[in-house]
Amino acid sequence: MSDSKQIVNHVEKLALLEISPEEKDRFSEQIGKILKFVEKLNELDTTKIKPTSHILPVQNVTRRDSPVPSISRENVIKLAPEANNEFYIVPPVIQEFQEA
Amino acid sequence: MSLTSKTIQELHSLYRSKKTSVQDVVEASLKRIEETNYHLNSFSHICRESALAEAKKLDAAGMPENASMMWGIPVGVKDNMCIKGLPATCGSKILKNYISPYDGAMGVCLKKAGSVVMGSCHMDEFAMGSSCENNAFVKVKNPYDLERVPGGSSGGSAAAVASSQVIVSLGSDTGGSIRQPASFCGVVGLKPTYGLVSRFGLVAFASSLDQIGPFARCVEDAAFLLQSIAGHDKKDSTSYDYTPPDYSKDLKNDIKGIKIGLPKEYFTDGIPADILTCIDKAKKVFCDLGAELVEISLPHTQYAIATYYILATAEASANLARFDGVRYGYRNKEAATLKELYIRSRSEGFGPEVKRRIITGTFVLSSGYYDAYYLKGQKVRTLVKQDFDQAFRKADVILTPTSPCTAFQFGEKIDDPISMYLSDIFTVSVNLAGLPGISLPCGTDDKKLPVGLQLIGPSLGEARLLNAAYQFEKVCPPLGIELKV
Repeated sequence: MSDSKQIVNHVEKLALLEISPEEKDRFSEQIGKILKFVEKLNELDTTKIKPTSHILPVQNVTRRDSPVPSISRENVIKLAPEANNEFYIVPPVIQEFQEA
Repeated sequence: MSLTSKTIQELHSLYRSKKTSVQDVVEASLKRIEETNYHLNSFSHICRESALAEAKKLDAAGMPENASMMWGIPVGVKDNMCIKGLPATCGSKILKNYISPYDGAMGVCLKKAGSVVMGSCHMDEFAMGSSCENNAFVKVKNPYDLERVPGGSSGGSAAAVASSQVIVSLGSDTGGSIRQPASFCGVVGLKPTYGLVSRFGLVAFASSLDQIGPFARCVEDAAFLLQSIAGHDKKDSTSYDYTPPDYSKDLKNDIKGIKIGLPKEYFTDGIPADILTCIDKAKKVFCDLGAELVEISLPHTQYAIATYYILATAEASANLARFDGVRYGYRNKEAATLKELYIRSRSEGFGPEVKRRIITGTFVLSSGYYDAYYLKGQKVRTLVKQDFDQAFRKADVILTPTSPCTAFQFGEKIDDPISMYLSDIFTVSVNLAGLPGISLPCGTDDKKLPVGLQLIGPSLGEARLLNAAYQFEKVCPPLGIELKV
């Protein structure tokens, strides 16, 4: 199980999640089981099989890049937890310059 | 018989002969929802005002000569579909206050047909689950036994139709999320061919597997609702450029001579005897209707669930990256940096099953593991699809149970993800292969709970599937069990 705990520790950073210690114990055990379960696929030799990413024979769907009416900025921005009329407000991204 | 227990055909005739108004039907639906929702929790949001306003508008304008069969029909929608002005919470704290500023494809289709949206129906968080127990707010109950789950993830939509709160509803199906709750609640549920119904405005779980489809109390109603939502949509680049046939036209054709495939890998020891008895009776019904039963093989069945959980979690981890506490949804107010804002908003906003799947999905896509898991999964998906291609050379439709179990009790499987995942065994392959599948009631088990029969068709074979389902329904005796609400 320690392997799956390492996985959870590593992946929570990639996924921008923070898993509480109790959750981590439970998740590690469950994810360990899930990964063991999916290892079943190794029984199959798939070297000559092409992967299916999509079921339909649809490729490169394009359209003319012409402007059409859209939802107003006002209606979109009012969904934000914090915003002024024009911008989303977030904590500072760039640290303030500190004089030596 | 109350107005909300009627079929679409019956309501259509009542509207046409002016014997009832849309307002009458919408009021009856509101009354039924408001009387029973306390017990069932099927609806997360009821739009009383807008539904009544819409009904009055339809009545005032009068029924058009060429009205869609869906005209004036009260509909419930799953809580992951964007309908302008309606919440779409996906059963998650992270979207608790989200109100859609636009109409997704379903909003557009339902309005065009003149249907009345009654509200949104509860579900497992982000459609991840088979019981609705992963909902952040409530427990949805099974209308035939309030101690039991309605199935999931579209459990609210199924319970709403089963209990006649609405005439029909919409759900979404990624690995069985329409068919399994339809089976648990004793209603008809159809997952269309991937690409037949636009996903524009559906909150994405696993984009290459998700598909929207109807719940109904009879096959014909499912056909009418499917008709109004099927077809190409420029706003979904994965939508199929295809003109759907008239799905209700061929329902009444006889099915003499059609070949019904029975996958030998599905009929193993894992199915309880009482469910198998129902399925055996169903086979006999099809024989009596003139169908021919043929044994087929889907040799990669045993790999389908593992494949599904690799691909679905991988796609989910990518799709759910958009929830960051900045543009909409839940936000942690104390974070001092942007990264901390992301991490804390996501960690506090998502429930445990969603986090577990994001972690699994991120892992299978991560550097060093991609080939071993994700690419492997995509290759096995090819094998699963090839199995079906082979099978449909011998059979016109495939018959299976919808689920290896009937509605289970709350808490029975929630701590054991694998056991919960295994209950999708008969449904996930259909999503991996992008095929249409329908679940319809075919009897009850020893506990007097509904049992579902699944029919699977070839790609774009909805008309054939509906025809076989309709003929079965016509001769299958009613379930003979009573609602608890």
